[in-house]
Amino acid sequence: MSAYMRIGRTLRRTAVQAVPTMLGIVILNFFLLKLAPGDAADVMAAEAGSATVETMAALRERFGLDNPVLVQLANYLNNLAHFSLGFSPRYGMPVADLIGQRLPGTLTLMVAALAAALAIGLILGSLMATFAGRLPDRLISIISLLFYSIPGFWIGLMLILLFSVKLGWLPSGGDSTIGSRLTGLPALLDRARYMVLPAISLALFYLAIYARLTRAAMLEVKSQDFVRTARAKGVSPLKLTTRHVLRNALIPITTMAGMHFGGMLGGAVVVETVYSWPGLGRLAFEAVMARDFSVLLGILLLSSLLVIIANAVVDLLQAWLDPRIGANR
Amino acid sequence: MKAQELKIYADTARDFSAKEPEAAAKAAPVPERRWTHIHAPDARTTAVSAPRWQGRRRELRIFLSNPNALLGIAVLTAIVFAALLAPILYPGDPLEMVARPFLWPGQNPAYPLGTDSMGRDVLAGILHGAQISLTVGIAATLLGLGAGVTVGALAGYFGGMVDDLLVKLIEIFQTMPSFVLLVVLVAIAQPTTTTVTVAIALVSWPTVARLTRAEFRGIKEKDYVLAARSLGFGHARIIFREILPNALPPLIVTSSVMVASAILMESALSFMGLGDPNRVSWGSMIGAGRDVIRTAWYLTALPGLAIVFTVLSLNLIGDGLNDALNPRFSEERR
Repeated sequence: MSAYMRIGRTLRRTAVQAVPTMLGIVILNFFLLKLAPGDAADVMAAEAGSATVETMAALRERFGLDNPVLVQLANYLNNLAHFSLGFSPRYGMPVADLIGQRLPGTLTLMVAALAAALAIGLILGSLMATFAGRLPDRLISIISLLFYSIPGFWIGLMLILLFSVKLGWLPSGGDSTIGSRLTGLPALLDRARYMVLPAISLALFYLAIYARLTRAAMLEVKSQDFVRTARAKGVSPLKLTTRHVLRNALIPITTMAGMHFGGMLGGAVVVETVYSWPGLGRLAFEAVMARDFSVLLGILLLSSLLVIIANAVVDLLQAWLDPRIGANR
Repeated sequence: MKAQELKIYADTARDFSAKEPEAAAKAAPVPERRWTHIHAPDARTTAVSAPRWQGRRRELRIFLSNPNALLGIAVLTAIVFAALLAPILYPGDPLEMVARPFLWPGQNPAYPLGTDSMGRDVLAGILHGAQISLTVGIAATLLGLGAGVTVGALAGYFGGMVDDLLVKLIEIFQTMPSFVLLVVLVAIAQPTTTTVTVAIALVSWPTVARLTRAEFRGIKEKDYVLAARSLGFGHARIIFREILPNALPPLIVTSSVMVASAILMESALSFMGLGDPNRVSWGSMIGAGRDVIRTAWYLTALPGLAIVFTVLSLNLIGDGLNDALNPRFSEERR
């Protein structure tokens, strides 16, 4: 079977399965948010300080908040069918634009953190598997369990304390130097400097999981016959580890990484708070506080979509790592 | 089988089929009669092969010979004592001002861990915070376990339509990023200790449900479940007495990790200001200390260490349980 056919089939299957899931998520979230006391009009009125019953009613009518709940749901679904996420009363702009502004920030942060966690986790895990039972293994074991137990927001604050306050090496918040007119490579480096600490804070937890997982998976693969055969053939130890052992050990790790995508988005909410990073998580938190449900629904929907896409990517990746997986589905 | 044994067998059968003792005594041992006791009511009361905790002695020994697990138990015990002693050592509200603000740890022996920006005793806060963390962690785990095991057992045991529906439900909850959902839930329901607990349970049950479902699907095909079914046991009895005890080991391991992650979630929520405002919690202490991190970093560091120690001890225990209860995995680890 050609690679393109496989990709096409995986995408089609994902799309077919995703539709009912997404519909369920939308309806569930919609009713969940309707349970909340207060709406955007309440918050806006409270902030204005002087709102009459009439202006409140006018506000509600303008945003369609005075309709029965089922009509509102139908309207929302109708909007979605036209690829619109609705309009935010709070920010006065379409939800899709609002999310579009914040999404890149969160995605870069997540991708940087995930890449760092995977790379370092794989190295540490391989080291642990190579020295299984000996001192390096035990030492890294303890360190990874410690990383696994540290709350991301706290390590974030401690990193700020060390690298920003005490040493002054790295900035403590934001995503780029304000007012600088850098372009090209200097601008990129400037942004990278701002990303180091938040990405580390987000990555440590996942790094620990991948290290432990790599260790277990590699030890399991190592005991199998084809590895012994390869060794008997005279394959060099480095090639044996990378081409034979690691490639097969990567399968459980990619599965986990795909599942972690959603969790990482959640972790980003907290880390973005610590580093005042202008991302989706921050927006979600502000939207909760402002009772801006259209924004919140949009974020929940979009993040669920991201999780589904991540899972599809993992499916494809696994089929590439082990052709048997794609073939017998 | 010898003739004598056969006779004893027939006699037993007769004894139990109390309705027609004479008929059974007089009749020659007809094959159909001999096995009637299988459908007799007494068969339902006989002991079955559910593992008892005496049978787990080996696992317990492995667990208790693991130095990491013992360290975890020791630390956790200390924290539990701290939580229990909090109301005795520091009666009254830990949110009350008691001394000059910004006393550093060790500066005044009356306040060993110092005071915060409002002059509140940090040690009192940490001890009272242990109460919140442990209560929320344990209660949320119990709730999540209850819901997850119920859903997973129903899906795994009955299969078919029920399974399809429940799997879809699990999938919906697993697709939504759990911490985002948690923030939304708590904000909607107004933050109190109860709502935080329920919300954490609500985002953590799907993992348990998936695990339980997988275990149930495997175990329900085993011979002893088939035997129980052919003895005419009801669904409830098979689920609770036959399958569940055998599905427990992975659930026990998961629950210790669940307590740890519930504590992490609670602290993150209260750090963001979504905890119960009337109770002191480690997360809210860190949130308050954050504003003065440049001058008084101990206000952030100390409650954070409390979280790290608690979660670490639970994870150590979880690892130890996994090694003891899941031999295949522990062989790999060795």
